[in-house]
Amino acid sequence: MINNGLAFYRAMYRIRRFEETVLEEFKRGVFAGTTHTSLGQEANAVGVISALQPQDIIVTNHRCHGHFLAYGGDMRALFAEMMGRVSGVCGGRGGSQHIHWRNLYSNGVQGGIVPIATGMAFAEKQNKTGAIVAVFIGDGTFGEGIIYEAFNMARLWSLPLLIVVEHNHIAQTTPTAMVQVGQLAERIRAFEIPVNELDSSDVDEIHQAAVKAAETVRREQLPSALLLHTVRFGPHSKGDDTRDVTELRALQEIRDPLKILGQRLSPAALTTVEGEVDQEVSYAFAQALSDPPAVLEGGQNG
Amino acid sequence: MDKTVLTSLNKGLLSALHQDERVYLLGEDILDPYGGAFKMTRGCSTAFPERVFTTPISEAGLAGLSAGMALRGLRPVLEIMFGDFTTLVTDQLVNHISKFRWMYNNTVNLPLVIRAPMGGRRGYGPTHSQTLEKLFMGVPGLTLVAPVNLVDDKLHQAPGDLLQGIILRTNDPVLFIENKLQYLLPVYSPEDLPDLEISLTLEGSTGEIDFLTYTLRVKGAPPPQVTLTAYGYMAELARQAQLKLAYEEEIFTELVIPTRLVPFETGVVSRSVDLTSRLVTVEEGSLTLGWGAEVIARVQESLPGRGLTVRRVAARDLPVPAAPTLEMQVLPQVEDILLGVRKVLENDR
Repeated sequence: MINNGLAFYRAMYRIRRFEETVLEEFKRGVFAGTTHTSLGQEANAVGVISALQPQDIIVTNHRCHGHFLAYGGDMRALFAEMMGRVSGVCGGRGGSQHIHWRNLYSNGVQGGIVPIATGMAFAEKQNKTGAIVAVFIGDGTFGEGIIYEAFNMARLWSLPLLIVVEHNHIAQTTPTAMVQVGQLAERIRAFEIPVNELDSSDVDEIHQAAVKAAETVRREQLPSALLLHTVRFGPHSKGDDTRDVTELRALQEIRDPLKILGQRLSPAALTTVEGEVDQEVSYAFAQALSDPPAVLEGGQNG
Repeated sequence: MDKTVLTSLNKGLLSALHQDERVYLLGEDILDPYGGAFKMTRGCSTAFPERVFTTPISEAGLAGLSAGMALRGLRPVLEIMFGDFTTLVTDQLVNHISKFRWMYNNTVNLPLVIRAPMGGRRGYGPTHSQTLEKLFMGVPGLTLVAPVNLVDDKLHQAPGDLLQGIILRTNDPVLFIENKLQYLLPVYSPEDLPDLEISLTLEGSTGEIDFLTYTLRVKGAPPPQVTLTAYGYMAELARQAQLKLAYEEEIFTELVIPTRLVPFETGVVSRSVDLTSRLVTVEEGSLTLGWGAEVIARVQESLPGRGLTVRRVAARDLPVPAAPTLEMQVLPQVEDILLGVRKVLENDR
C-alpha cells in the first residue's frame, strides 16, 4: 500500500497529528468518554499494515486509531465517530475503540479479539481467499488466558494468522515486568508459532520484517508472530501517566519514529508533507465538528 | 410419535450440514463414534469430515473462533458440552458476539448458533445440572431459542426443523437452549395429543425464521381459569400438570409455550391472561431474577390497572444438589406446578 519513505512519513505524521489533536481537544470538551492514543508507536501501524494486501483482515484493540488511519480509514469519519456524529465510522455507536470499516475490526476488551481473528483466519482459509489476518495486541493482553486458547487453535488448524504484539512495556500505568514473568516470545513459541522479535522504532525495519512475516503466513498457511518492542509516548488514555518525565523525554529523543525516518528525508519535503497533513487534520476536524449528531434507532425501554 | 427430540435435532443438524457448505460444526468430543456427550452430533463427522471439528477444551476461545468464522461468511454451530459451561463464554457473548452488529452500525452479520444442553434430574451435581439461560436473557443483541417436543400440523416444525432453519437462515447470534431430559422425550404431533386443542401463533418471527408459540387447552373444557407458561423441558411437565388439573381437580388452564424466548414477545400470554387474570410461569432455572419475573412484569405492563394474580414456579435459589432426593426437592416438579396453580386460585378467593 505504501512503499516509500515520504509516504511512510506522511502516514505516521497523520496518525501523530490526529492523536495530538484528539488529546488537545479532549481538554476542551469536544470529545466525550475516553480514548487511547498510540503516540510513539506509529511505525508499527504503518510498517505492518503497509505490508498487507487489500484482501487481508486487520483485527485491533482499544488503541486502534493508528491502525485505522494506516489502513486508509477516513480521518473525518474517525473524528466524527469520537465526537458522536452520524458521519462517524460506526455512526457514533462505537466511539474511539469499537470500529469496523472494510476489513478492519476493533474491540475494546482485552484478549477476546484474538480468537475472533483466529476464526476469521479459519474462514479465509476454508474459503480459499488467500487473505491473512493480522491481529494487534499489546503486552498487557498476555495476562488474558483466552489468547493462549487462540494460539493453540491457530497452530492446531494451521491458520493464516499474523500476531502483532506491540510491546510498549506498560499496561495502563503498570510496568509489564511488575506483573508478568518470563519472556512473551517464549509464551508464543510454546505453541510452535515462530516469533520475530524486534526492538525498533524504524518504520523501514518494521516494514521489512512485516513483509517477510506476512509472506510466510500466506505461503505456509501457518500462524507467525511479530513481537515489536516500542515506546508509548503518551498516557494510556487521557491523563493517566505516572512515569518519570525525564526518562520518557530521553526515550522520545531516541525512539521517535518520525525523527528516525525524518533524518533520511529532505527537510524541504518534510515541511511540505507536514504542512499538508496539518491542513488535512484541521479540515477533517472542522468538518466532523459541523456534522450532525448521531441518531438513536431501535431498542426497548418500557 | 416415533421420534425423540434428540433424533429430531440430530437430523436437523445433519440436514443443515448437507444443505449449506458454509455450515461448520465445532465442539468437544463431537466426532463419531462418540458423537458428543449427549449424542447430538452422531453421524455428522462421518458424513461431513471436512466440516466437523473436535476441539480443545477451550469454550471461550471456541466462542470467539466461531464468531470470527461467522463474521467472515461461514455459518458455524458450536456445541457447549454442558450448558453450565456457558459461563466460560460470557465475555465473548456479552462483549463481542452480541455487540458487533449494533456497535458496527449494522454493517456486519454474525450467523452463529451456540447450542447448550441445560438442566438437571440426572444427579450430575452443582456444576453439570444448571439451567443458566436466564443469565443471558437480558443481553441486548442475543436471541435465545428453546425447542419444545411438539410438531404442529401446519408448518410441520419439529425441534430439528427449528434448529435447521436457524442454522441456515439466521443472520445473528442465537443461543439454542436444549435440555438433557428433553432429548429423550417423544416429539408429539396433534394426533398424539387427542385431549388437547393446540393453536399456533407466529410470535417473534423474523422473516427469515418462523418461531412458533403454542397454546394448549383441554378439548371441550370450560374457559380457562389460569394461564400457564413454560418453555423447553418444563413445557412437557406443564402439559402433564395441565391434564392432571383438568381431569383430577377440574381446574382448567391455558398453556402458552414460546420457542423464541428472547427478544421477549409476550403478546400471546397477555391475551390469555386478559381472559384468566391469573398467571403461573414455570422454569427450571432458579427463582430469583428469572424468565418468569420478566414475563410477569411485561404481562402486567400490558394490562394496566388489572389486578392479576401471579406465581413463579422455578428451582429453589440453591445450587443443584447431586443426591437425587435433594435434587428432586430443589428442581420444580409437576407437583410444584399443581401447587402453583392451586395457589393463584386460592389467593383469589
